[in-house]
Amino acid sequence: MSDYLRSYLTVIFLAGAAFVLVGGTLSLSRLVRPKNPSASKLVAYESGVDPVGAGWSQSQIRYYLYALLFVMFDVEAVFLFPWALRLELFGVFGLIEMGIFVFILLLGLVYAWRKGVLRWV
Amino acid sequence: MSLLAQAADGAADTSSALATKLATPKVDWIAISPAVVLIAGALVLIVIASLAKHTKWVRGFSTWFTVGTALTAGAFTFPLWDRVNHARATSVLVDALHVDGFSVFFTVVAVGAVIMATLVLDGYLLREGLEGPEVFVLMLLSASGGVVMASANDLIVLFLGLEILSISLYVLAGSHLRRAESQEAALKYFVLGGFSSAVFLYGIALTYGATGSTNLTEIAKYLTNNIVFSNGLLLAGLSLMLVGLGFKVAAVPFHMWTPDVYQGSPSPVTGFMAAAAKAAGFSALLRVMLTGLATQRLDWQPIVWVLSVASMLLGAVLAVVQTDVKRMLAYSSISHAGFILIGLQAANAAGLSGALVYLFAYAVIVLGTFAVITVVGGRGDAAHSLDDYNGLARRSPFLAVSLTVFLLAQAGIPATSGFISKFGVIRAAADAHSYAIAIIAMLVSVIGAFFYLRVILRMWAGSDDHDESSTANTADAADTADVVAQIRMPIATQLTIAFAFALTIAIGIAPQMLIDFADRALLR
Repeated sequence: MSDYLRSYLTVIFLAGAAFVLVGGTLSLSRLVRPKNPSASKLVAYESGVDPVGAGWSQSQIRYYLYALLFVMFDVEAVFLFPWALRLELFGVFGLIEMGIFVFILLLGLVYAWRKGVLRWV
Repeated sequence: MSLLAQAADGAADTSSALATKLATPKVDWIAISPAVVLIAGALVLIVIASLAKHTKWVRGFSTWFTVGTALTAGAFTFPLWDRVNHARATSVLVDALHVDGFSVFFTVVAVGAVIMATLVLDGYLLREGLEGPEVFVLMLLSASGGVVMASANDLIVLFLGLEILSISLYVLAGSHLRRAESQEAALKYFVLGGFSSAVFLYGIALTYGATGSTNLTEIAKYLTNNIVFSNGLLLAGLSLMLVGLGFKVAAVPFHMWTPDVYQGSPSPVTGFMAAAAKAAGFSALLRVMLTGLATQRLDWQPIVWVLSVASMLLGAVLAVVQTDVKRMLAYSSISHAGFILIGLQAANAAGLSGALVYLFAYAVIVLGTFAVITVVGGRGDAAHSLDDYNGLARRSPFLAVSLTVFLLAQAGIPATSGFISKFGVIRAAADAHSYAIAIIAMLVSVIGAFFYLRVILRMWAGSDDHDESSTANTADAADTADVVAQIRMPIATQLTIAFAFALTIAIGIAPQMLIDFADRALLR
């Protein structure tokens, strides 16, 4: 086996450990716990509220728009953090580059605002 | 000292050890100006149009702003063209882009496609009651992706360009908000396109694994200096990249999306797709195969041979049985992709030059064709069956004459640009002693002539008295049977069709200028 493939052994061992750990704890708790089901206990958990309707109900499209905006700025943050840690390394070039990046994203926000995405109708 | 402060200290230490500044690339702004102008124009346009209080003037403004942006980007190719004629290739941004004649050629094609498609789209949006500058913005962005693809000298940059081009096109395909077919086309294109992009990316990864670089120059250098004995990884990477790009240029067997997407997309967008997206896909294909993987020629030539023959044959044969003109042109575009692949298969200078001439001429023809189809389609963009072309010559001689010339050009009749382009690639195949593919290409042209001539026959000889009400354009003619209502169209659309018409004939009669342009745009 080449060194290259051997390094994948770690992955395999880790995957095995994951199965053993999760399977072991779950089956252990199954053995020790008391089993006493009732109708209200078997109801799907929905943050403590009684679930209404089926699981395949339609959800509001406006949540989707918010999710899109959120992802946009979430990804921006992903790029901003490592850049901020190494700012002095990149110098003025890095500052301008990130300025352009953030500026373009802000234009996207302006567009979304003008299109009325930010208003909760 | 807290843990956080320690970590910050550590960071400061390493950064001082790494010298104080990271070496940042020098940016040659002139060299990348066409793409920058296109992107900046798109951003400015979307902001201005979204800040506008009154939406009345937005469409007209967007049209002229888009044309202006594209013209500016086109103007920036002049200093570049001057430069690439003196130097070989300008390597920009740490060799990520190569600005050479090849990239300038495709920039011109992409920019021209934007201008022509925009002029047609203006009238289309007005007729369909659609508004919004988004279509124009997406078209500019898509063209910028095409420009990046044509000049990319690094597979990752190429992939970036491909994604910018494709993602804009997915949305463009669905830009007719009220037609279900348009939405369907967008979804199909998106799902299949995303899948093919993933395949292409995997091909890049495997090629990187085999050669140790994603830079095409480095890959070529590695493959020249080393003989790869167990080349399974390289072959897999090569074929996966062929699959990904074959999808973009709609070569058989990766063509399944083409008819549905071409039919469902708004007609001007289809024209843009067939012209610019195909050209960009081919620019990537030609550059990757002829520079990075040029040494593996004996590996990819047979594959390209099969793709080419399959595309030509299947495209032409299936086009014969179509009753929808847009679907027919989709299959004919598959067939044309096969013809252009002949140029790649020949893998010589004549083949490359032939492929470039073909792409240029085809872009003009197909944009003109879809401009005519946009007008004939009528309100709702629905009248695309062969019957709707019956007696078009009486309803609009201008449209009928132009479409006749465009279809004859696609069939490859002499005195049109289609003949010059077909001649170029077939001659290249003969030069490379691939006589079989040359003969197949000529036979396929005969099949092609049949379905083009069928439309022409219907336009000039077909009677348009049956099913009159289905065509929105002739609705006024219902009261008097004798008077045939003329089709009216916006002046911008007329200009576009006339321009494409003139260029098709001009290239057909005096092709030397285009051939010279292509010859100086070869990859060196």
